[in-house]
Amino acid sequence: MRRKPHLLKDPIQERHLFRTRAIVAGVVAVLLLLLLAMRMAFLQVTSHSHFTTLSHNNRVSIQPIAPIRGLIFDRNGVVLAENLPAFSLEIVPERVDDMDATLAAVSTLIEVSQDDRDRFREELKRRRRFEEIPLRFRLTDEEVAAVAVNRHRLPGVEIKSRLARHYPMGPLTSHVVGYVGRISEDELNAIDASNYSATNHIGKVGVERSYEEVLHGTVGYQQVETNARGRILRVLERTLPTPGKNLWLNIDVHAQRAAAEAFGEERGALVAVDPRDGGVVALVSMPGFDPNAFVNGISTKEYRALMNDPDQPLFNRALRGRYPPGSTTKPFVGLAGLESGTIRPEDRIFCPGWYQLKGDDHRYRDWKKHGHGWTDLNKGVVESCDVFFYDLAHKLGIDALSDYLMRFGFGEVTGIDIIGESRGLMPSREWKRRALQQAWYPGETLIAGIGQGFVLATPLQLAANTATLASHGRGLEPRVVREIEDPLESVRTPVVATAREPLPVHSEENWQHIIDAMIEVVHGVRGTARRIAAGITYQVAGKTGTAQVVGIAQDAKYVEEELEKRLRDHALFLGFAPADRPQLAVSVIVENGGSGGAVASPVARRVMDAYILGNREAITHE
Amino acid sequence: MSESSHRGLLRHIHLDLPLLVGLLLLAGAGLVVLYSAGGEEIDLVWRQVMRLGIAFAVMAVVAQIPPDTLRRWSPWLFSAGLAMLVAVLVIGEMGKGAQRWLDLGLFRFQPSELMKVAVPMMLAWYLADSPLPPPAKRTVIAGVLFLVPVLLIAKQPDLGTSLLIGTAGAFVLLFAGLRWRVVLFGALTLIPAAFALWHYGMHPYQRNRVLTFLNPERDPLGAGYHIIQSKIAIGSGGMYGKGWLNGTQSHLEFLPERHTDFIFAVFGEEFGFSAVLLLLALYAYVVLRCLYIAVQAQDTFSRLLAGSLTMTFFVYLFVNIGMVSGLLPVVGLPLPLISYGGSSMVTVMAAFGILMSVHTHRKLIYS
Repeated sequence: MRRKPHLLKDPIQERHLFRTRAIVAGVVAVLLLLLLAMRMAFLQVTSHSHFTTLSHNNRVSIQPIAPIRGLIFDRNGVVLAENLPAFSLEIVPERVDDMDATLAAVSTLIEVSQDDRDRFREELKRRRRFEEIPLRFRLTDEEVAAVAVNRHRLPGVEIKSRLARHYPMGPLTSHVVGYVGRISEDELNAIDASNYSATNHIGKVGVERSYEEVLHGTVGYQQVETNARGRILRVLERTLPTPGKNLWLNIDVHAQRAAAEAFGEERGALVAVDPRDGGVVALVSMPGFDPNAFVNGISTKEYRALMNDPDQPLFNRALRGRYPPGSTTKPFVGLAGLESGTIRPEDRIFCPGWYQLKGDDHRYRDWKKHGHGWTDLNKGVVESCDVFFYDLAHKLGIDALSDYLMRFGFGEVTGIDIIGESRGLMPSREWKRRALQQAWYPGETLIAGIGQGFVLATPLQLAANTATLASHGRGLEPRVVREIEDPLESVRTPVVATAREPLPVHSEENWQHIIDAMIEVVHGVRGTARRIAAGITYQVAGKTGTAQVVGIAQDAKYVEEELEKRLRDHALFLGFAPADRPQLAVSVIVENGGSGGAVASPVARRVMDAYILGNREAITHE
Repeated sequence: MSESSHRGLLRHIHLDLPLLVGLLLLAGAGLVVLYSAGGEEIDLVWRQVMRLGIAFAVMAVVAQIPPDTLRRWSPWLFSAGLAMLVAVLVIGEMGKGAQRWLDLGLFRFQPSELMKVAVPMMLAWYLADSPLPPPAKRTVIAGVLFLVPVLLIAKQPDLGTSLLIGTAGAFVLLFAGLRWRVVLFGALTLIPAAFALWHYGMHPYQRNRVLTFLNPERDPLGAGYHIIQSKIAIGSGGMYGKGWLNGTQSHLEFLPERHTDFIFAVFGEEFGFSAVLLLLALYAYVVLRCLYIAVQAQDTFSRLLAGSLTMTFFVYLFVNIGMVSGLLPVVGLPLPLISYGGSSMVTVMAAFGILMSVHTHRKLIYS
């Protein structure tokens, strides 16, 4: 196995050779160890302070800077939403050793509700450890002082001054401006998280929600060097946020206030649209609520109280309330009759106080028990004769009726620039088959002809449709926002209302005939809204309506007083003014108000006065 | 004299006192750092003490084997190691993915660890047979002898160990008196070899390591994170360190693998440059003592083996400290005697056992 060495070995020489090599190896090893030592000296001595900084900070953190939310003004420059500095108590989790103890200590200094705690715990899970998390908002000066004095024993607790949204008009504009609130889990998933990384609030309803992207702006960043405890040592780089844009609304606070005052304690809604540009001049839903309560998290108790309030102050009746439009539908049905050639202005029928279909025993009653006698279209509108419109609806048939009214906007969204409007309902054969799996009965056509039965409309729809009527078929999608202002350049860009598909006009005279009848409703001696004509300096074209809340049994005597107030009819009015050159179309509904002429029309008059005459009282902040 | 009698006693049981003291100091320093790096877990330290105990026992046992016996075992040990490497590879092929160990039922055995000792033994045995410096033909055969296991281990893939074994073989050749121009030529052929390795021999993760070493900021949250954080740890230690158990980098868990491959960074952070110099000096002392033992050896086989094992130990520590301080790419090599961990420590201590054996089994006919 072992080979024989073929050459003679020389042990001395080999030892010598090895010794030389070993010395070289030793020298190289020592030199390399010296190299390591030099490297260490470089790291630990020369660059020591550099690495110490890096070690202490161990991160250069990037902090977002929240953009300032855009302001909201009414058409005259009255502030509807602004940002006011407010103190909040915030906690940086990473600097707190014992969170429970800290919360307990803070609770002894200032009041911290269970809601505050719950919300804080929720955010604690979501946010990063070095981000400050608000515990309490809107500290009073006394509370700020109490915390400040004790700050030394509360590491990680800070008093921050932040801008908080404030609505100086309070309930007056609550349903149109809406409010912002703290960003919810669902909203967080829907937004660009990085753009909202410094933002705590987001628009929840109204203009605040619908124009969220415009109002919010773009987040800025600063790159900061922090020490190990997270305190900022210096700002390395800064990208300024782009502030949100200011909104100038079409809303006129004077008109808004006039409406609110006219409603008084009543529930209901008013929408006023300028037919010339589609601008929503007033949008009122009564009662309103204080939007400021929502900004920094409303307490569960307060919220429950609002939710359980039988008056439903949070419900936006103007946008979402679905009411039978009742007799206010009559001008539109009448116009359908004229334009389709079904009737002529001079055609008359006899109204005995009821209407009967052939082969049907059912008597469709008129509101006036003994009837209106001989009635033409003009009288039908002015005195609101039901029988005339039963007959007209029957002649038109549900298909033509439904089709024409839908073109006017019944049963269709208006396209207003606020999220959340209801579609209402304009029934048709097809709808009934689809929704109720039932055939259409002829009697239902009659009921639809006076805006009852299945027909449902929102106050917003009624105002928009009235504006379309006032402009002879050229409808516009209502716009709450008038202009968008870039705060940096003070340039205002108008928001132009989109035109709806115009209604076909067969004859301008047909339109004028209906409008004349509506003028007579207000200014005629027998008009149902004649009471508002007193002392008026412009012409109003209008129509009253009364919508039944409960169906009335055949031949039962209708005694208003016997009904509980909540079961009373809703009072409606729609109209526009001045009749010859319309500036404002208004719809009013007073819930359980009774008669439209008596209760609803005066509200409209007040708003028209405010807007058209500039009849303004001094605006005081709430 | 009491000291010489003490030394005489240790000699009698074939241990070398100066080397033993150096090794014990290193192991002791390692335990102190480990307590801090392991998150002050005393159980971890006890497990390491157990391992050290086993490793020192292995060293003591190996030291009893005379160099002549070792020489006779060399070809058999090498052949067995080679067979097991092939076995591991075949089993690995049949199973899934990388495999480095053989399951012997009672414990898992890494053939590559055996080869760390067996390869230099084989080469020393082969080259000691003929006059030195070795003729060209023998040089080539020797080269083939150690390149085969190197390639087999690289295929596992275990780049660190394979490079280490390659170095061990190369050192035998160097100590055998390989001509400097051949060494130069070999170094030059390394360049195209490196190219070939890059394109055909390396796994993507290995290529990544090299790229990241060249530019750690390339992947600050991934592979580069190790190097960046390790440099921060060492650099922030300064002259005297942050104090034992006070290393923020390690205790706040910025530093990965802090009790294994990167334990030196914890040492540097907590004890500072002054202690780092002491540690390097201790390593230098151990290496120089071993080289002295090699020079003093009585036959060529012992000399070549002792020299190669010494320099392999040096490469071990140099690569680890170089990697932790950002001089060398991250290859998974522990810091001998200090890093927490098992099988490689036994191998290292077995090598020291061989060195002690070489020094203490002296034939009286000589000198």
